[in-house]
Amino acid sequence: MSTIYILWLRGLKHYFRSRAQIVASLGQPLLYLLVLGFGLGPVFQKAGQGNYLQFMAPGVIAMTVLFSSIFSGLSLIWDRQFGFLKETLVAPVPRSHIMIGRALGGATAAILQGLLVLVVCLIAGFRPMNLVGLPQALLWMALIAIVFSSLGTAIGSRLENMQGFQMVMNFLVMPLFFLSGALYPLTGLPAALRYITGVNPLSYGVDGLRSALIGVAHFAPLTDLTVLAAFAVVFVIFGAWSFSRIEL
Amino acid sequence: MIDVQDLVKNFAEFEAVKKISFNVQPGEIFAFLGPNGAGKTTTIKMLTTLLRPTSGSIRIDGVNPATHQNEVRRRFGIVFQDPSLDGELTAEENLDLHGVLYGVPRRQRIERAERLLKLFELWEKRKERTKLYSGGMKRRLEIARGFLHTPKILFLDEPTLGLDPQSRNHLWTQVKALNESERLTVFLTTHYMDEAERVAQRIAIIDHGAIVALGTPVELMQQTATEKLEEAFLKLTGSAIRDERAGTSDQMRQFVRSWRR
Repeated sequence: MSTIYILWLRGLKHYFRSRAQIVASLGQPLLYLLVLGFGLGPVFQKAGQGNYLQFMAPGVIAMTVLFSSIFSGLSLIWDRQFGFLKETLVAPVPRSHIMIGRALGGATAAILQGLLVLVVCLIAGFRPMNLVGLPQALLWMALIAIVFSSLGTAIGSRLENMQGFQMVMNFLVMPLFFLSGALYPLTGLPAALRYITGVNPLSYGVDGLRSALIGVAHFAPLTDLTVLAAFAVVFVIFGAWSFSRIEL
Repeated sequence: MIDVQDLVKNFAEFEAVKKISFNVQPGEIFAFLGPNGAGKTTTIKMLTTLLRPTSGSIRIDGVNPATHQNEVRRRFGIVFQDPSLDGELTAEENLDLHGVLYGVPRRQRIERAERLLKLFELWEKRKERTKLYSGGMKRRLEIARGFLHTPKILFLDEPTLGLDPQSRNHLWTQVKALNESERLTVFLTTHYMDEAERVAQRIAIIDHGAIVALGTPVELMQQTATEKLEEAFLKLTGSAIRDERAGTSDQMRQFVRSWRR
Protein backbone atom coordinates (compact mmCIF):
# COMPACT_ATOMS: atom_id res chain seq x y z
CA MET A 1 0.00 0.00 0.00
CA SER A 2 2.76 2.44 0.96
CA THR A 3 4.48 1.69 -2.36
CA ILE A 4 1.37 2.68 -4.28
CA TYR A 5 0.97 5.79 -2.16
CA ILE A 6 4.55 7.03 -2.49
CA LEU A 7 4.57 6.59 -6.28
CA TRP A 8 1.18 8.26 -6.57
CA LEU A 9 2.57 11.15 -4.54
CA ARG A 10 5.60 11.30 -6.82
CA GLY A 11 3.30 11.58 -9.83
CA LEU A 12 1.48 14.50 -8.25
CA LYS A 13 4.69 16.25 -7.29
CA HIS A 14 5.88 15.93 -10.87
CA TYR A 15 2.62 17.44 -12.07
CA PHE A 16 2.66 20.43 -9.74
CA ARG A 17 6.34 21.11 -10.33
CA SER A 18 6.02 21.37 -14.10
CA ARG A 19 3.95 24.53 -14.27
CA ALA A 20 5.18 25.32 -17.77
CA GLN A 21 3.82 21.99 -18.91
CA ILE A 22 0.46 22.59 -17.27
CA VAL A 23 0.09 25.82 -19.20
CA ALA A 24 1.50 24.37 -22.43
CA SER A 25 -0.94 21.48 -22.39
CA LEU A 26 -3.83 23.94 -22.25
CA GLY A 27 -2.89 25.05 -25.76
CA GLN A 28 -4.38 22.21 -27.71
CA PRO A 29 -7.75 22.10 -25.92
CA LEU A 30 -8.04 25.86 -26.30
CA LEU A 31 -7.36 25.58 -30.00
CA TYR A 32 -10.05 22.96 -30.49
CA LEU A 33 -12.50 24.74 -28.27
CA LEU A 34 -12.14 28.20 -29.74
CA VAL A 35 -11.30 27.46 -33.37
CA LEU A 36 -13.58 24.50 -33.93
CA GLY A 37 -16.12 25.50 -31.33
CA PHE A 38 -16.75 28.91 -32.78
CA GLY A 39 -15.65 28.09 -36.35
CA LEU A 40 -17.93 25.13 -36.90
CA GLY A 41 -20.63 26.42 -34.59
CA PRO A 42 -22.80 28.05 -37.28
CA VAL A 43 -22.69 24.94 -39.52
CA PHE A 44 -23.62 22.72 -36.59
CA GLN A 45 -26.45 25.04 -35.71
CA LYS A 46 -27.77 25.10 -39.30
CA ALA A 47 -27.71 21.28 -39.34
CA GLY A 48 -30.20 21.48 -36.52
CA GLN A 49 -27.83 20.05 -33.88
CA GLY A 50 -27.92 22.98 -31.48
CA ASN A 51 -24.97 24.74 -29.87
CA TYR A 52 -21.63 23.22 -30.98
CA LEU A 53 -19.67 24.61 -28.03
CA GLN A 54 -22.07 22.86 -25.67
CA PHE A 55 -21.63 19.67 -27.65
CA MET A 56 -17.87 19.63 -27.99
CA ALA A 57 -16.79 20.94 -24.56
CA PRO A 58 -17.17 17.48 -22.94
CA GLY A 59 -15.19 16.08 -25.90
CA VAL A 60 -12.38 18.55 -25.36
CA ILE A 61 -12.31 17.74 -21.65
CA ALA A 62 -12.14 14.04 -22.49
CA MET A 63 -9.34 14.75 -24.95
CA THR A 64 -7.35 16.55 -22.28
CA VAL A 65 -7.72 13.65 -19.89
CA LEU A 66 -6.79 11.20 -22.67
CA PHE A 67 -3.62 13.07 -23.62
CA SER A 68 -2.45 13.75 -20.07
CA SER A 69 -3.05 10.23 -18.87
CA ILE A 70 -1.54 8.43 -21.82
CA PHE A 71 1.54 10.66 -21.68
CA SER A 72 1.94 10.11 -17.97
CA GLY A 73 2.04 6.40 -18.72
CA LEU A 74 4.49 6.92 -21.51
CA SER A 75 6.70 9.02 -19.21
CA LEU A 76 8.07 5.64 -18.26
CA ILE A 77 10.37 6.12 -21.27
CA TRP A 78 11.85 9.19 -19.61
CA ASP A 79 12.36 7.34 -16.37
CA ARG A 80 14.08 4.64 -18.32
CA GLN A 81 16.25 7.23 -20.01
CA PHE A 82 17.12 9.21 -16.91
CA GLY A 83 17.63 6.10 -14.84
CA PHE A 84 14.98 6.42 -12.15
CA LEU A 85 13.18 3.35 -13.48
CA LYS A 86 16.08 1.15 -12.30
CA GLU A 87 15.69 2.44 -8.76
CA THR A 88 12.11 1.19 -8.67
CA LEU A 89 12.87 -2.06 -10.48
CA VAL A 90 15.40 -3.27 -7.90
CA ALA A 91 13.18 -2.32 -4.97
CA PRO A 92 11.88 -5.25 -2.90
CA VAL A 93 8.22 -4.65 -3.72
CA PRO A 94 5.88 -6.23 -6.26
CA ARG A 95 6.21 -4.57 -9.64
CA SER A 96 2.43 -4.48 -9.93
CA HIS A 97 2.27 -2.10 -6.94
CA ILE A 98 4.78 0.19 -8.59
CA MET A 99 2.79 0.18 -11.80
CA ILE A 100 -0.49 0.88 -10.01
CA GLY A 101 1.06 3.74 -8.02
CA ARG A 102 2.47 5.27 -11.17
CA ALA A 103 -0.78 4.87 -13.07
CA LEU A 104 -2.86 6.40 -10.26
CA GLY A 105 -0.45 9.34 -9.98
CA GLY A 106 -0.70 9.96 -13.70
CA ALA A 107 -4.46 9.52 -13.63
CA THR A 108 -4.87 12.03 -10.79
CA ALA A 109 -2.78 14.58 -12.64
CA ALA A 110 -4.88 13.99 -15.77
CA ILE A 111 -8.10 14.56 -13.81
CA LEU A 112 -6.73 17.83 -12.44
CA GLN A 113 -5.79 18.89 -15.95
CA GLY A 114 -9.28 17.94 -17.12
CA LEU A 115 -10.84 20.07 -14.38
CA LEU A 116 -8.67 22.96 -15.45
CA VAL A 117 -9.98 22.63 -18.98
CA LEU A 118 -13.53 22.39 -17.65
CA VAL A 119 -12.97 25.78 -16.04
CA VAL A 120 -11.62 27.12 -19.33
CA CYS A 121 -14.74 25.80 -21.08
CA LEU A 122 -16.94 27.56 -18.53
CA ILE A 123 -15.10 30.79 -19.21
CA ALA A 124 -15.55 30.28 -22.97
CA GLY A 125 -19.30 30.08 -22.48
CA PHE A 126 -19.97 26.39 -21.87
CA ARG A 127 -22.90 25.83 -19.50
CA PRO A 128 -23.47 22.42 -17.90
CA MET A 129 -27.09 21.49 -17.50
CA ASN A 130 -26.94 21.35 -13.69
CA LEU A 131 -24.54 21.11 -10.77
CA VAL A 132 -25.36 17.48 -10.04
CA GLY A 133 -23.57 16.63 -13.27
CA LEU A 134 -20.22 17.87 -12.01
CA PRO A 135 -19.41 15.09 -9.53
CA GLN A 136 -20.59 12.63 -12.16
CA ALA A 137 -18.28 14.24 -14.68
CA LEU A 138 -15.46 13.66 -12.23
CA LEU A 139 -16.24 9.95 -12.19
CA TRP A 140 -16.08 9.76 -15.99
CA MET A 141 -12.82 11.65 -16.06
CA ALA A 142 -11.40 9.27 -13.48
CA LEU A 143 -12.40 6.25 -15.54
CA ILE A 144 -10.94 7.68 -18.73
CA ALA A 145 -7.76 8.59 -16.86
CA ILE A 146 -7.28 5.12 -15.37
CA VAL A 147 -7.95 3.36 -18.67
CA PHE A 148 -5.42 5.41 -20.57
CA SER A 149 -2.70 5.85 -17.97
CA SER A 150 -2.66 2.04 -17.71
CA LEU A 151 -2.54 1.69 -21.46
CA GLY A 152 0.25 4.29 -21.60
CA THR A 153 2.21 2.36 -18.98
CA ALA A 154 1.75 -0.88 -20.92
CA ILE A 155 3.04 0.75 -24.08
CA GLY A 156 5.83 2.58 -22.24
CA SER A 157 7.01 -0.75 -20.82
CA ARG A 158 7.59 -1.99 -24.33
CA LEU A 159 9.12 1.11 -25.90
CA GLU A 160 12.84 1.52 -25.46
CA ASN A 161 13.26 4.93 -27.01
CA MET A 162 11.62 8.16 -28.07
CA GLN A 163 11.25 7.19 -31.72
CA GLY A 164 8.36 4.96 -30.78
CA PHE A 165 6.71 7.92 -29.10
CA GLN A 166 5.80 9.57 -32.42
CA MET A 167 4.36 6.29 -33.63
CA VAL A 168 2.14 6.06 -30.59
CA MET A 169 1.07 9.66 -31.02
CA ASN A 170 0.16 9.36 -34.69
CA PHE A 171 -1.21 5.84 -34.82
CA LEU A 172 -2.87 5.55 -31.44
CA VAL A 173 -3.52 8.77 -29.55
CA MET A 174 -4.79 10.95 -32.40
CA PRO A 175 -7.01 8.20 -33.87
CA LEU A 176 -8.40 7.47 -30.40
CA PHE A 177 -9.40 11.09 -30.15
CA PHE A 178 -10.75 11.58 -33.68
CA LEU A 179 -12.62 8.27 -33.69
CA SER A 180 -14.41 8.82 -30.40
CA GLY A 181 -17.32 11.10 -30.97
CA ALA A 182 -15.54 13.91 -29.15
CA LEU A 183 -15.98 16.23 -32.14
CA TYR A 184 -19.06 14.88 -33.90
CA PRO A 185 -22.22 12.96 -32.97
CA LEU A 186 -22.05 9.20 -33.43
CA THR A 187 -25.50 8.97 -34.98
CA GLY A 188 -25.80 8.24 -38.69
CA LEU A 189 -22.14 7.38 -39.24
CA PRO A 190 -20.99 5.11 -42.10
CA ALA A 191 -20.76 1.46 -40.98
CA ALA A 192 -16.94 1.34 -40.85
CA LEU A 193 -16.75 4.38 -38.64
CA ARG A 194 -19.54 3.08 -36.49
CA TYR A 195 -17.65 -0.14 -35.76
CA ILE A 196 -14.39 1.62 -35.02
CA THR A 197 -15.96 4.17 -32.70
CA GLY A 198 -17.82 1.28 -31.08
CA VAL A 199 -14.61 -0.45 -29.95
CA ASN A 200 -12.88 2.75 -28.88
CA PRO A 201 -13.02 3.07 -25.07
CA LEU A 202 -12.84 6.83 -25.36
CA SER A 203 -16.22 6.89 -27.18
CA TYR A 204 -17.83 5.61 -23.99
CA GLY A 205 -15.90 8.07 -21.85
CA VAL A 206 -16.93 11.01 -24.01
CA ASP A 207 -20.51 9.75 -24.05
CA GLY A 208 -20.61 9.38 -20.28
CA LEU A 209 -19.11 12.80 -19.78
CA ARG A 210 -21.59 14.33 -22.20
CA SER A 211 -24.53 12.70 -20.49
CA ALA A 212 -23.34 14.01 -17.13
CA LEU A 213 -22.69 17.54 -18.33
CA ILE A 214 -25.36 18.26 -20.94
CA GLY A 215 -27.73 15.32 -20.60
CA VAL A 216 -27.18 13.99 -24.12
CA ALA A 217 -26.07 10.39 -24.62
CA HIS A 218 -25.57 8.11 -27.61
CA PHE A 219 -25.17 4.90 -25.61
CA ALA A 220 -26.91 4.40 -22.29
CA PRO A 221 -24.85 5.72 -19.33
CA LEU A 222 -24.95 2.24 -17.80
CA THR A 223 -23.41 0.83 -20.99
CA ASP A 224 -20.73 3.51 -20.84
CA LEU A 225 -19.96 2.65 -17.26
CA THR A 226 -19.80 -1.09 -17.86
CA VAL A 227 -17.64 -0.84 -20.95
CA LEU A 228 -15.22 1.68 -19.42
CA ALA A 229 -14.91 -0.27 -16.18
CA ALA A 230 -14.18 -3.43 -18.16
CA PHE A 231 -11.51 -1.64 -20.19
CA ALA A 232 -10.04 -0.25 -16.97
CA VAL A 233 -9.72 -3.71 -15.41
CA VAL A 234 -8.21 -5.21 -18.56
CA PHE A 235 -5.72 -2.38 -19.10
CA VAL A 236 -4.62 -2.23 -15.46
CA ILE A 237 -3.88 -5.96 -15.59
CA PHE A 238 -2.22 -5.65 -18.98
CA GLY A 239 -0.16 -2.66 -17.77
CA ALA A 240 0.94 -4.41 -14.59
CA TRP A 241 1.89 -7.51 -16.55
CA SER A 242 3.88 -5.52 -19.12
CA PHE A 243 5.58 -3.51 -16.41
CA SER A 244 6.59 -6.58 -14.44
CA ARG A 245 8.28 -8.03 -17.49
CA ILE A 246 10.64 -5.11 -18.05
CA GLU A 247 14.29 -6.15 -18.25
CA LEU A 248 17.02 -3.60 -18.47
CA MET B 1 28.18 -13.32 1.10
CA ILE B 2 28.14 -13.61 -2.68
CA ASP B 3 28.64 -17.05 -4.17
CA VAL B 4 28.69 -17.52 -7.94
CA GLN B 5 29.09 -20.90 -9.65
CA ASP B 6 29.44 -21.49 -13.41
CA LEU B 7 27.40 -18.40 -14.24
CA VAL B 8 26.48 -18.03 -17.94
CA LYS B 9 24.53 -15.33 -19.78
CA ASN B 10 23.86 -15.47 -23.51
CA PHE B 11 22.15 -12.78 -25.57
CA ALA B 12 20.93 -14.56 -28.71
CA GLU B 13 24.21 -15.77 -30.26
CA PHE B 14 26.47 -13.65 -28.08
CA GLU B 15 28.03 -15.13 -24.95
CA ALA B 16 28.31 -12.16 -22.60
CA VAL B 17 29.33 -14.15 -19.52
CA LYS B 18 31.00 -17.54 -19.88
CA LYS B 19 30.84 -19.84 -16.89
CA ILE B 20 32.36 -17.62 -14.25
CA SER B 21 32.75 -18.62 -10.59
CA PHE B 22 33.88 -16.58 -7.60
CA ASN B 23 32.87 -15.77 -4.06
CA VAL B 24 32.95 -12.65 -1.92
CA GLN B 25 33.40 -12.91 1.84
CA PRO B 26 31.28 -10.96 4.35
CA GLY B 27 32.82 -7.56 5.05
CA GLU B 28 35.12 -7.75 2.05
CA ILE B 29 35.63 -5.07 -0.58
CA PHE B 30 35.77 -6.92 -3.87
CA ALA B 31 36.67 -5.22 -7.16
CA PHE B 32 35.51 -6.50 -10.50
CA LEU B 33 37.67 -5.09 -13.26
CA GLY B 34 37.64 -5.48 -16.99
CA PRO B 35 37.74 -3.58 -20.28
CA ASN B 36 34.55 -2.20 -21.84
CA GLY B 37 32.18 -4.93 -22.91
CA ALA B 38 33.92 -7.57 -20.77
CA GLY B 39 30.70 -8.55 -18.98
CA LYS B 40 30.96 -6.54 -15.76
CA THR B 41 27.60 -4.82 -15.92
CA THR B 42 25.87 -7.96 -17.18
CA THR B 43 27.22 -9.81 -14.15
CA ILE B 44 26.07 -7.07 -11.77
CA LYS B 45 22.62 -7.12 -13.35
CA MET B 46 22.35 -10.85 -12.74
CA LEU B 47 23.56 -10.49 -9.15
CA THR B 48 21.00 -7.75 -8.53
CA THR B 49 17.94 -9.53 -10.03
CA LEU B 50 17.71 -7.31 -13.11
CA LEU B 51 18.63 -10.09 -15.51
CA ARG B 52 18.03 -13.82 -15.38
CA PRO B 53 21.12 -15.99 -15.84
CA THR B 54 21.10 -18.42 -18.76
CA SER B 55 22.61 -21.05 -16.47
CA GLY B 56 24.70 -21.42 -13.34
CA SER B 57 23.93 -20.50 -9.77
CA ILE B 58 24.10 -17.33 -7.68
CA ARG B 59 23.62 -17.04 -3.93
CA ILE B 60 23.41 -13.65 -2.28
CA ASP B 61 23.66 -14.15 1.48
CA GLY B 62 22.48 -17.70 0.79
CA VAL B 63 19.45 -16.64 -1.30
CA ASN B 64 18.92 -17.22 -5.02
CA PRO B 65 18.16 -13.96 -6.87
CA ALA B 66 16.45 -15.75 -9.76
CA THR B 67 13.79 -17.33 -7.53
CA HIS B 68 13.62 -15.08 -4.44
CA GLN B 69 13.94 -11.64 -5.99
CA ASN B 70 12.49 -9.55 -3.20
CA GLU B 71 14.42 -11.29 -0.46
CA VAL B 72 17.63 -10.64 -2.34
CA ARG B 73 16.67 -7.04 -3.15
CA ARG B 74 16.25 -6.24 0.53
CA ARG B 75 19.83 -7.37 1.18
CA PHE B 76 21.70 -5.09 -1.17
CA GLY B 77 21.99 -1.44 -2.11
CA ILE B 78 23.17 -0.43 -5.55
CA VAL B 79 24.71 2.54 -7.28
CA PHE B 80 24.26 2.13 -11.00
CA GLN B 81 26.66 3.10 -13.73
CA ASP B 82 24.19 5.73 -14.95
CA PRO B 83 22.39 8.14 -12.65
CA SER B 84 19.11 6.88 -11.21
CA LEU B 85 17.78 9.76 -9.14
CA ASP B 86 14.47 11.47 -9.74
CA GLY B 87 15.62 14.94 -10.79
CA GLU B 88 12.26 16.54 -10.03
CA LEU B 89 12.44 15.46 -6.40
CA THR B 90 14.70 16.92 -3.73
CA ALA B 91 17.48 14.92 -2.10
CA GLU B 92 15.30 14.41 0.94
CA GLU B 93 12.38 13.21 -1.17
CA ASN B 94 14.56 10.82 -3.13
CA LEU B 95 15.78 9.27 0.12
CA ASP B 96 12.29 9.14 1.58
CA LEU B 97 10.87 7.42 -1.49
CA HIS B 98 13.67 4.89 -1.32
CA GLY B 99 13.01 4.28 2.37
CA VAL B 100 9.32 3.65 1.72
CA LEU B 101 10.08 1.23 -1.11
CA TYR B 102 12.40 -0.70 1.20
CA GLY B 103 9.94 -0.69 4.08
CA VAL B 104 12.12 1.36 6.43
CA PRO B 105 9.89 2.66 9.29
CA ARG B 106 9.26 6.41 9.15
CA ARG B 107 11.21 7.29 12.29
CA GLN B 108 14.27 5.39 11.14
CA ARG B 109 13.94 6.78 7.63
CA ILE B 110 14.20 10.34 8.90
CA GLU B 111 17.06 9.62 11.28
CA ARG B 112 19.13 7.69 8.80
CA ALA B 113 18.50 10.18 6.01
CA GLU B 114 19.77 12.96 8.23
CA ARG B 115 22.86 11.00 9.27
CA LEU B 116 23.70 10.01 5.70
CA LEU B 117 23.04 13.44 4.22
CA LYS B 118 25.42 14.90 6.79
CA LEU B 119 27.99 12.18 6.22
CA PHE B 120 27.99 12.82 2.48
CA GLU B 121 27.94 16.61 2.98
CA LEU B 122 24.56 17.16 1.35
CA TRP B 123 22.59 18.26 4.40
CA GLU B 124 22.61 21.95 3.44
CA LYS B 125 21.25 21.16 -0.02
CA ARG B 126 18.69 18.58 1.02
CA LYS B 127 15.74 20.67 -0.11
CA GLU B 128 17.10 21.30 -3.57
CA ARG B 129 15.87 19.37 -6.59
CA THR B 130 18.53 16.89 -7.61
CA LYS B 131 18.46 17.92 -11.24
CA LEU B 132 20.34 21.00 -10.05
CA TYR B 133 23.05 18.87 -8.40
CA SER B 134 26.57 18.47 -9.79
CA GLY B 135 27.75 15.04 -10.92
CA GLY B 136 29.65 14.51 -7.68
CA MET B 137 26.70 15.48 -5.51
CA LYS B 138 24.41 13.13 -7.40
CA ARG B 139 26.82 10.26 -6.93
CA ARG B 140 27.14 10.97 -3.21
CA LEU B 141 23.39 11.07 -2.84
CA GLU B 142 23.06 7.79 -4.71
CA ILE B 143 25.51 6.10 -2.39
CA ALA B 144 23.72 7.54 0.62
CA ARG B 145 20.47 6.24 -0.81
CA GLY B 146 21.93 2.80 -1.54
CA PHE B 147 22.87 2.64 2.10
CA LEU B 148 19.65 3.99 3.61
CA HIS B 149 18.01 0.61 4.19
CA THR B 150 21.17 -0.82 5.87
CA PRO B 151 21.94 -3.42 3.22
CA LYS B 152 24.47 -6.16 3.79
CA ILE B 153 26.01 -5.64 0.37
CA LEU B 154 26.62 -2.49 -1.62
CA PHE B 155 27.06 -2.80 -5.38
CA LEU B 156 28.93 0.08 -6.99
CA ASP B 157 29.05 0.02 -10.78
CA GLU B 158 31.72 2.51 -11.87
CA PRO B 159 30.66 4.97 -9.18
CA THR B 160 33.46 7.46 -9.84
CA LEU B 161 33.03 7.78 -13.60
CA GLY B 162 33.36 11.44 -14.55
CA LEU B 163 34.12 12.70 -11.03
CA ASP B 164 37.00 14.98 -10.10
CA PRO B 165 39.82 13.64 -7.88
CA GLN B 166 38.41 15.38 -4.79
CA SER B 167 34.99 13.78 -5.18
CA ARG B 168 36.55 10.40 -5.89
CA ASN B 169 38.71 10.62 -2.82
CA HIS B 170 35.81 11.66 -0.61
CA LEU B 171 33.62 8.92 -1.98
CA TRP B 172 36.08 6.11 -1.34
CA THR B 173 36.89 7.42 2.12
CA GLN B 174 33.20 7.22 3.04
CA VAL B 175 32.70 3.82 1.46
CA LYS B 176 35.70 2.46 3.29
CA ALA B 177 34.46 3.95 6.55
CA LEU B 178 31.05 2.30 6.11
CA ASN B 179 32.76 -0.97 5.23
CA GLU B 180 34.75 -0.86 8.45
CA SER B 181 32.13 0.50 10.84
CA GLU B 182 29.19 -1.61 9.64
CA ARG B 183 31.01 -4.60 8.15
CA LEU B 184 29.42 -3.75 4.84
CA THR B 185 30.36 -6.00 1.93
CA VAL B 186 31.20 -3.97 -1.17
CA PHE B 187 31.22 -5.23 -4.74
CA LEU B 188 32.58 -2.62 -7.13
CA THR B 189 33.60 -2.11 -10.72
CA THR B 190 35.85 0.69 -11.90
CA HIS B 191 38.22 1.64 -14.67
CA TYR B 192 40.57 3.41 -12.29
CA MET B 193 43.18 0.89 -11.18
CA ASP B 194 44.52 3.13 -8.42
CA GLU B 195 41.08 3.10 -6.80
CA ALA B 196 40.82 -0.67 -6.93
CA GLU B 197 44.31 -0.98 -5.49
CA ARG B 198 43.47 1.46 -2.74
CA VAL B 199 40.18 0.06 -1.47
CA ALA B 200 39.80 -3.54 -2.63
CA GLN B 201 40.99 -6.53 -0.68
CA ARG B 202 40.59 -8.83 -3.66
CA ILE B 203 40.24 -8.20 -7.36
CA ALA B 204 38.80 -10.29 -10.17
CA ILE B 205 39.72 -9.41 -13.73
CA ILE B 206 37.16 -10.33 -16.34
CA ASP B 207 37.70 -10.25 -20.08
CA HIS B 208 35.53 -11.50 -22.94
CA GLY B 209 33.10 -12.85 -20.37
CA ALA B 210 35.62 -14.99 -18.48
CA ILE B 211 37.60 -14.38 -15.30
CA VAL B 212 41.28 -14.26 -16.26
CA ALA B 213 42.73 -13.57 -12.82
CA LEU B 214 41.56 -13.38 -9.21
CA GLY B 215 43.50 -12.44 -6.09
CA THR B 216 44.79 -9.62 -3.90
CA PRO B 217 46.37 -6.69 -5.75
CA VAL B 218 49.82 -7.93 -4.66
CA GLU B 219 49.11 -11.44 -5.94
CA LEU B 220 48.00 -10.10 -9.32
CA MET B 221 51.16 -8.08 -9.66
CA GLN B 222 53.31 -11.03 -8.65
CA GLN B 223 51.49 -13.33 -11.04
CA THR B 224 52.19 -11.00 -13.95
CA ALA B 225 55.66 -9.88 -12.75
CA THR B 226 54.56 -6.23 -12.83
CA GLU B 227 54.85 -3.42 -10.32
CA LYS B 228 51.58 -1.64 -10.79
CA LEU B 229 48.05 -2.93 -10.98
CA GLU B 230 47.53 -1.02 -14.21
CA GLU B 231 50.42 -2.91 -15.83
CA ALA B 232 49.11 -6.20 -14.50
CA PHE B 233 45.69 -5.36 -15.92
CA LEU B 234 47.05 -4.54 -19.36
CA LYS B 235 49.21 -7.65 -19.36
CA LEU B 236 46.20 -9.81 -18.53
CA THR B 237 43.71 -8.22 -20.90
CA GLY B 238 45.99 -7.03 -23.72
CA SER B 239 46.30 -3.44 -24.84
CA ALA B 240 43.95 -3.51 -27.81
CA ILE B 241 41.19 -0.91 -27.54
CA ARG B 242 37.65 -2.27 -27.10
CA ASP B 243 34.80 -0.64 -28.85
CA GLU B 244 31.55 -1.36 -27.19
CA ARG B 245 28.63 -1.17 -29.53
CA ALA B 246 26.29 1.64 -28.51
CA GLY B 247 23.18 0.16 -26.93
CA THR B 248 19.74 1.67 -27.34
CA SER B 249 20.19 3.62 -24.14
CA ASP B 250 23.34 5.28 -25.47
CA GLN B 251 21.54 6.21 -28.66
CA MET B 252 18.68 7.63 -26.63
CA ARG B 253 21.07 9.68 -24.57
CA GLN B 254 22.49 11.23 -27.71
CA PHE B 255 19.02 11.85 -29.03
CA VAL B 256 17.99 13.60 -25.84
CA ARG B 257 21.20 15.60 -25.79
CA SER B 258 20.66 16.82 -29.32
CA TRP B 259 17.17 17.95 -28.39
CA ARG B 260 18.25 19.85 -25.37
CA ARG B 261 20.61 22.10 -27.30
